[in-house]
Amino acid sequence: MSAGRPAGDREPPGDREAAAGSGAAAGPGSAAAAGPAAGSEPVTITVCPDGPLLVRGGYELLDGDDRPIDPGRATVALCRCGASAIKPFCDGSHKRARFRAR
Amino acid sequence: MRQPQPRGPLGEDLLAVLRERPGSPDARRRAEDLADAARAAVARSEGISTDEDVQLALFVLHALAYQGVEGIDDRWETDPDALRVREILAEAFEAQLRAEVPADTPPRTPQAVADALFAMAADDDGPSLARFLSGRATAEQAREFLQLKSLYQLMEADPHTWAIPRLAGRSKAGLIEIQIDEYGGGSAHRMHSALFAAGMREAGLDDTWGGAVDRVPAAWLAGVNAITMFGLHRRLRGAVVGHLAMYEITSSVPSRFLARGFRRLELPAAAAFYDEHVEADAAHEQIAARDMAGGLVVEDPAVAEDVFFGARCVLHLDALAAGQALSRWEAGESALRASAAETARRGPAELVS
Repeated sequence: MSAGRPAGDREPPGDREAAAGSGAAAGPGSAAAAGPAAGSEPVTITVCPDGPLLVRGGYELLDGDDRPIDPGRATVALCRCGASAIKPFCDGSHKRARFRAR
Repeated sequence: MRQPQPRGPLGEDLLAVLRERPGSPDARRRAEDLADAARAAVARSEGISTDEDVQLALFVLHALAYQGVEGIDDRWETDPDALRVREILAEAFEAQLRAEVPADTPPRTPQAVADALFAMAADDDGPSLARFLSGRATAEQAREFLQLKSLYQLMEADPHTWAIPRLAGRSKAGLIEIQIDEYGGGSAHRMHSALFAAGMREAGLDDTWGGAVDRVPAAWLAGVNAITMFGLHRRLRGAVVGHLAMYEITSSVPSRFLARGFRRLELPAAAAFYDEHVEADAAHEQIAARDMAGGLVVEDPAVAEDVFFGARCVLHLDALAAGQALSRWEAGESALRASAAETARRGPAELVS
């Protein structure tokens, strides 16, 4: 499930995040239970050797027009090699692309 | 799950005993004989990983620790005689796996462990079911694939969850970080097992856990039995961690092929299940390799070698299962075992084969 998750797959009423509304308006983390939206947690970014950037904590993911991108989960891997088919997220393509950066 | 059909003398004896009330004099007497039946099954086996009778018996005994088996009393889960049978079979299975996979010398830092695990996966040249599904599989073969995968996928993540109380610190936190995602962040309908169930319903298949067991050959049962065996033994905590790490490392890229295949066959719910795994497991493999497996090697060096043993078992057993299905499909046959209805139609002569 990527940022392009269909609306029908959103939380049904009564689910824990339903109170936050639906769709992008709910802001980043609306679909992730642990929710990076907490804000108070420090953000850490692990530069995975030959791989993605692993982002944890109270981050906010935005596109070029400052619109929130739903990360779909609390800890997210962001593409660093440019080869991912689901950017900004990693899809493991760095392996086939033989991306090297320690 | 529903009671499966036995696949040999051990299964016949085991299921007959488990249908009794545990602790009754008759059950106790017959249960004591089960250990001999288990040893005999192991002794005559030509390979535990592909032995239909042994793998089915182990799967039934393991099922008692998950969602149970219809018509079998829950107390059998911890009955000493049933446990003894389980351990006889598990010990033989573990010994065979240790003999079949190469041993590794584990490195000593989390990043070096991650590098070694990623390299192990990159060097693997096992057959690819995902590529077959992507471009060539028929709709019927895709439905068979869902049934073969269903014994694990409909309880996805559960076997590895056994490891949580056996770990501490960074490795435990890493495992939990992954499992939260596997369980949909606490939303029942987003649990990966629920996404897979939706894919099965879409394909017109039974989505109850274990519903396909009679159709699934030993080579596929072995993969599920291995994780449960690792998960149920604290001694094997290194193996369960290594297993999950390699599961995650070998998931993201094949999931993209599988999603493409199911989309081609117009099964969008199954495709969505694999889409989710492309994205989720690209993050999970980093957590699993460095924090969970790498963390454990540092925190608990006594089980460092087993981390690599568990990882090797994934590649070994996945190759076995993929090879089974691909060879049947290449021959124009079904990869599933014959259904009870088909067996009845063909007559009793084939029951013994």
